[in-house]
Amino acid sequence: MGRKLLTEHINVPGIDSFEVYRKHGGYRSVEKALKTMTPDEVVEEVKKSGLRGRGGAGFPTGMKWSFLAKPEGVPRHLVCNADESEPGTFKDRHLMTKLPHLLIEGMITSSYALGANTSYIYIRGELLYVLRILEKAIAEAYANGFLGKNILGSGYDLDLHVHPGGGAYICGEETALLESLEGKRGNPRNKPPFPAVQGLYARPTVVNNVESIAAVVPIVNDGGEEYAKLGVGKSTGTKLISACGHLNKPGIYEIELGVPVEEFIYSDEYCGGIWKGRDLKAVVAGGSSVPILPKELILKTAAGENRLMTYESLSDGGFVTGTMLGSGGFIAMDETTCIVRNTWSFSRFYHHESCGQCSPCREGTGWMEKVLHRLEHGHGHMHDIDLLVSVAKQIEGNTICPLGEAAAWPVAAAVRHFRHEFEWHVTNPAEATRPGAYYSSKAAVVA
Amino acid sequence: MAKITFDGIEVEVPDGTTILNAARKIGGNIVPPAMCYYTPIKGTGGKCRACLVKVAAGSAKDPRPMPKLVPSCITTVQDGMVVENTTNQSVLDVRKGIVEMLLINHPLDCPVCDQAGECDLQNFAFEHGVATTRYEEERRTFEKIDIGPYIQLHMTRCILCYRCVYTADQLTERRVHGVLGRGDAAEIGTYIDNIIDQDFSGNVIDVCPVGALTDKTFRFKQRVWFTKPVNAHRNCENPKCSGNVVLWYKGKDVLRVTARKDEYGEVKEWICNTCRFEKKETSDWTIEGPSHIQRTSVISANHYELPVVNPQVIADLPESSVRDLENNPPLKLGR
Amino acid sequence: MESTTATVKPQFSAAAKAEIARLFEHYPAERRKSALLPILHIAQAEFGGWVSPEVQDLVAETIGILPIEVYEVSSFYTMFNLKPVGKHVLEICRTGPCMLRGSDELTAQLERITGAKVGETSPDGLFTLKEVECLAACGTAPIVQVREKYYEQLDTPEAVDAMLNELRNLVHRPLLPWEETGLQHSQQ
Repeated sequence: MGRKLLTEHINVPGIDSFEVYRKHGGYRSVEKALKTMTPDEVVEEVKKSGLRGRGGAGFPTGMKWSFLAKPEGVPRHLVCNADESEPGTFKDRHLMTKLPHLLIEGMITSSYALGANTSYIYIRGELLYVLRILEKAIAEAYANGFLGKNILGSGYDLDLHVHPGGGAYICGEETALLESLEGKRGNPRNKPPFPAVQGLYARPTVVNNVESIAAVVPIVNDGGEEYAKLGVGKSTGTKLISACGHLNKPGIYEIELGVPVEEFIYSDEYCGGIWKGRDLKAVVAGGSSVPILPKELILKTAAGENRLMTYESLSDGGFVTGTMLGSGGFIAMDETTCIVRNTWSFSRFYHHESCGQCSPCREGTGWMEKVLHRLEHGHGHMHDIDLLVSVAKQIEGNTICPLGEAAAWPVAAAVRHFRHEFEWHVTNPAEATRPGAYYSSKAAVVA
Repeated sequence: MAKITFDGIEVEVPDGTTILNAARKIGGNIVPPAMCYYTPIKGTGGKCRACLVKVAAGSAKDPRPMPKLVPSCITTVQDGMVVENTTNQSVLDVRKGIVEMLLINHPLDCPVCDQAGECDLQNFAFEHGVATTRYEEERRTFEKIDIGPYIQLHMTRCILCYRCVYTADQLTERRVHGVLGRGDAAEIGTYIDNIIDQDFSGNVIDVCPVGALTDKTFRFKQRVWFTKPVNAHRNCENPKCSGNVVLWYKGKDVLRVTARKDEYGEVKEWICNTCRFEKKETSDWTIEGPSHIQRTSVISANHYELPVVNPQVIADLPESSVRDLENNPPLKLGR
Repeated sequence: MESTTATVKPQFSAAAKAEIARLFEHYPAERRKSALLPILHIAQAEFGGWVSPEVQDLVAETIGILPIEVYEVSSFYTMFNLKPVGKHVLEICRTGPCMLRGSDELTAQLERITGAKVGETSPDGLFTLKEVECLAACGTAPIVQVREKYYEQLDTPEAVDAMLNELRNLVHRPLLPWEETGLQHSQQ
């Protein structure tokens, strides 16, 4: 069993209360940072830790922090991105529900490092019940002198508020999130300017994922170098993986980065293998946006090396034979899964969630969904398959925000690795819609 | 000042200028198209992606290329920047794709659309698109709505450029319309039955790049290329109104009144609703002379301003016409 | 309280007004519009599970912004119901991970039991079915959200019945989110 930095005490009864959390070493990082470190020293520790953004993009957190503009007299903000909505990802909800004080502790320490005196947790609107948990925990933190004026006598002031969204995946994009926090439609902003220069209320702002902010706590407690000892290469520390789909034990696992994918799927310590004794067909390793990989390529790289749960190993081979760690939303599909139907479902998701601001995404996501719907329901043509690839290519890279890529990649990858299955849907229109039809047709051939 | 190279042509512009406006300073065919950007209206741009260009070198200090194509309308120049537009095949390919995206849900009802002949989308598709479509699905449609006595909203034609929303925000007292819904179901609307009837609301018609917002007083009156544009002005009692307009004549009748637009279709001087909708008599106006029409426009096909062999001899011709004719001398027959 | 007829101008309750006053404290004074989404949640809970144009106008007035600014936002975010709904809105997740674990079957089952199709309200007015995208509970798929509660692992008829019975037995629709009683939080 690997080391747990975030979830070590997650099953302690009452850990969501200030008292119990404190008893288990909670808020030490705040004491350490505010009493013995300068803000820049905290930033330095985070840089040393090699922590990479846990929301999906994997950008080094310390570097993001060091980009924050610090003009005289202008307030700065830290905003926590708790708009977890990437299909396959449910780690942040778990962390906030069980360990609300860990996030709050991370917010205080991180806000201190960035010189922010008002910080926000933007939580997706569907999680209003988690918002209530966080607000209760925040009230406890205020009551115990960890929030408010002159925290622990250090002279540092911080107010922390939770802000609910209203149901929009796009608000996980940091500038859409800021628009939403300002009470507007969640339309992503054109960049530059980046939030580090003009973010919330046009003030310098850092937006970090829940898990990234939580990870600041062990980094400050134990030191960045200690954190960086865990993991492999540039994938340091631990990562929460949300495992779902056709697994025996779906759930949230805190892994030390570097665990082999095969071990993660099959060992009893983690997912315990594929359900119903079936074979694995494909995996989407980092949330629905990242390319799907067939069993052979998710377990081993094209060069035949064991695929590891790290940023580098999962992306080995680029998009031709690789994928991404993304948000750690690990979706496993058994051998009976219809890839066309699954791709259509993802495509429907992005169509539904496109904000509609820029034309390639607004029009292209709907187009792809309609073509996939047609293929899945037995009305497709052979030329539709190349059409999908072409439309995906027309969206990719040409949009205001990464939702364009997120919509294009799953479609392009599904066709890349499972073209024969798309073709089968064209040649067998009568059976295309029936779940598992493709699988049983292949099984018949093999038998 | 910043010196940039755009499609191999050097141009020097003030710091903070956008790539698009630097290209417009050069002028001619190298200027990227703009479907949502509108210089006089703050906040516009970056949405339609028609003006994407390749930045082959970011600046003299940091000559690395930018990884993705950038919207030239909102990206500011840096000294030493090298930009490729018509000289870069990937830019042209992407633009072709943008045309396709903008057209898949467009009704292509140009034959019955009042905007035909002065439609940015029509021009854009003609210049950058292809003649066929790969889209087999049903198109998105909406009912036509009268928003107030003067303006009709035909949402089916809208390309969601947001220009009219920003215009209403910045020119009128109290915006009542906006973008509702999201994704490809987003629409311009008032949500509840509401009318757009503010002093300067008529300007949304002029800024609309397509035929989504049209002038009800001109509806189906005449194809624009059969009308003759004439510059005119009046001393408007509204202090915010320039009173400088274009009257569109058919015979002796003023069929419609619009603000004056520059060669990129942008209005610099806004006009009030009284001037636009209620002053349709020649006697209301002081006539200045024929408006200049771009030779590339279909309206010029029937325009009395041409042919002019030697513009310098016509003393009163607008300066812009002189420049245009010098740059593009009329075709000589028999060449 | 649940009256939303056009003739009577809706008003927030005292509890809601106090909550709104608290929310305004979270944002700079000149940025009160920031409170729009949280106030819309309060309005929807207080006025019968949906936000009528009149309720949205009240929200605009409360914040001091134009009504269109509220309409633009309420129509962008999927959680706000713009039409009247039944007593309980069942928000069924339909995205990939839930689909892999049977959300299609769940939807069909709920349609059969309630007699309402997706997008409709059951004849008894109890349940409105609504399909939504990923609710971030993929590990316990398939799932349904009802107001603030997640019902997870609804892959057996028993689990579905338990959910529906619990909802049927709720005498009152909780008026305000923080007054919810009789509903346990997420199982997780």
